[in-house]
Amino acid sequence: MQKYSIFSLVKNAFSNHKNWDLAWKDPTPKKEYDVVIIGGGGHGLATAYYLAKEHNITNVAIIEKGWIGGGNVGRNTTIIRSNYMHDDNALFSEFGMDLWRRMSQDLNYNVMFSPRGIINLAHSDAQMNVYARRGNSMRLNGIDAELLNREQVREIIPMADFSENVRFPIFGGLMQPSAGTARHDAVAWGYARQADSMGVDIIQNCEVTGFDISSGKVEGVRTSRGNIKVKKIGLCVAGSTNILADKLNMTLPVETHLLQACVSEPVKPVLDRVVTFGAGHFYISQSDKGEMVMGGDLDGYNSYAQRGNLPTLQHVLTEGIAMMPFLSKLKMLRTWGGIMDMSMDGSPIIDKTHIEGLYLNCGWCYGGFKATPASGWTFAHTIAQDRVHELNAGYNLNRFNTGHLLDEKGLGTKTWIS
Amino acid sequence: MLHIKCPHCGMRSQNEFSYGGDATVKRPELNKEVSDQDWNNFVYNRKSLRGKHLELWQHLSGCRQWIKVERDTATHEIFRTFKANEDNS
Repeated sequence: MQKYSIFSLVKNAFSNHKNWDLAWKDPTPKKEYDVVIIGGGGHGLATAYYLAKEHNITNVAIIEKGWIGGGNVGRNTTIIRSNYMHDDNALFSEFGMDLWRRMSQDLNYNVMFSPRGIINLAHSDAQMNVYARRGNSMRLNGIDAELLNREQVREIIPMADFSENVRFPIFGGLMQPSAGTARHDAVAWGYARQADSMGVDIIQNCEVTGFDISSGKVEGVRTSRGNIKVKKIGLCVAGSTNILADKLNMTLPVETHLLQACVSEPVKPVLDRVVTFGAGHFYISQSDKGEMVMGGDLDGYNSYAQRGNLPTLQHVLTEGIAMMPFLSKLKMLRTWGGIMDMSMDGSPIIDKTHIEGLYLNCGWCYGGFKATPASGWTFAHTIAQDRVHELNAGYNLNRFNTGHLLDEKGLGTKTWIS
Repeated sequence: MLHIKCPHCGMRSQNEFSYGGDATVKRPELNKEVSDQDWNNFVYNRKSLRGKHLELWQHLSGCRQWIKVERDTATHEIFRTFKANEDNS
């Protein structure tokens, strides 16, 4: 594989950048693999990468119905954070933060990781108490957290509404300074390129049509480009989890919902943090191009349409304008939607299943992008060793049976509960 | 914007409604032994398939009645609506 560096950039400049290698190949599926990962999104690509890198398993195929970077890995709002209270979430996410910090070097691909900090705004005394508790829990788990008062928040984001008589006055906020953003496409491409270079077959435009299961064991997978013999399958298909689970006669504690995001026209630098509204569900950051990147609630009903409806967008942006009134002056550049695998307790599932050789990775709700490296790393471990790692032990499927829910926010699919 | 025909009030916009999820889920019968798996299926597990989906909506800002809506989860097309106690076969 060609190494990307200043020297290769200069060298290729002499030939007008016409001689760069393809970042990854377009192979024809083989008859048999050691592991097949279904879903070529961020998590699937990362899983294949860590299977090769950490476990030396390279006879791997990634099967993707669409194209690399066309799903949620290219549709999110690029936020990376580990500001969780519960140990299972906090330790998993913080492990991921370490991977994020090294990612550009590890992948030899600039993912533009920008640890600019995230601020969750508080709008009441009670919310300040909740944030103090969460901040303390984070620090006990070795995650940086700072509780900010109103004046400290005003210094960092003076453009927020600090006027008198607002409906949701800003009392303060909880900041994780090491949180941030990264360029999501680069994450997909970086993982794809490295996985490919280590021998992983990335097979695009290939739909899974069925599974060969015999006496409770995985024997193979049927696809639109032929049948493949395989003993281990990793399911990493986010919003399509229920469709494939149905082919396996499984019913999961997951519903597929629609989540929208949008960007404004690009403006000069105004916001150098990620900020979330505490009296509703709205988050915002400014991209390197200057667009304000915004998102919020689910549309609220089961949906596989990768496009949204106006009422939710209006609701979400109303929250944004309540928080930062200058947003009302901006024109909207783009809006889009993606389909989320919403688990019932709001936390993900990375686990084995009752079918031998079938591994499940789903339920990422609003937080799939930031989990990409940690999810891939732990899922690769779970597949390679046929046992869960302690980092994803809390993300087991059985918790819905035993009642040990991981209810960080306790929302899941029922957004109206909040 | 979805337009949902409330069987009580007629065609109204989505803003007036609140979503209640899969309408085919049945609560296990009371006064009978219910297995953990049955409860699990009732409380958590959902098919959530692509295509035709029978679901509950409440006409929250209207007549406040719960209704059943047959809707396509891929195209958002609404085929039929029913009163909550109406046969939907």
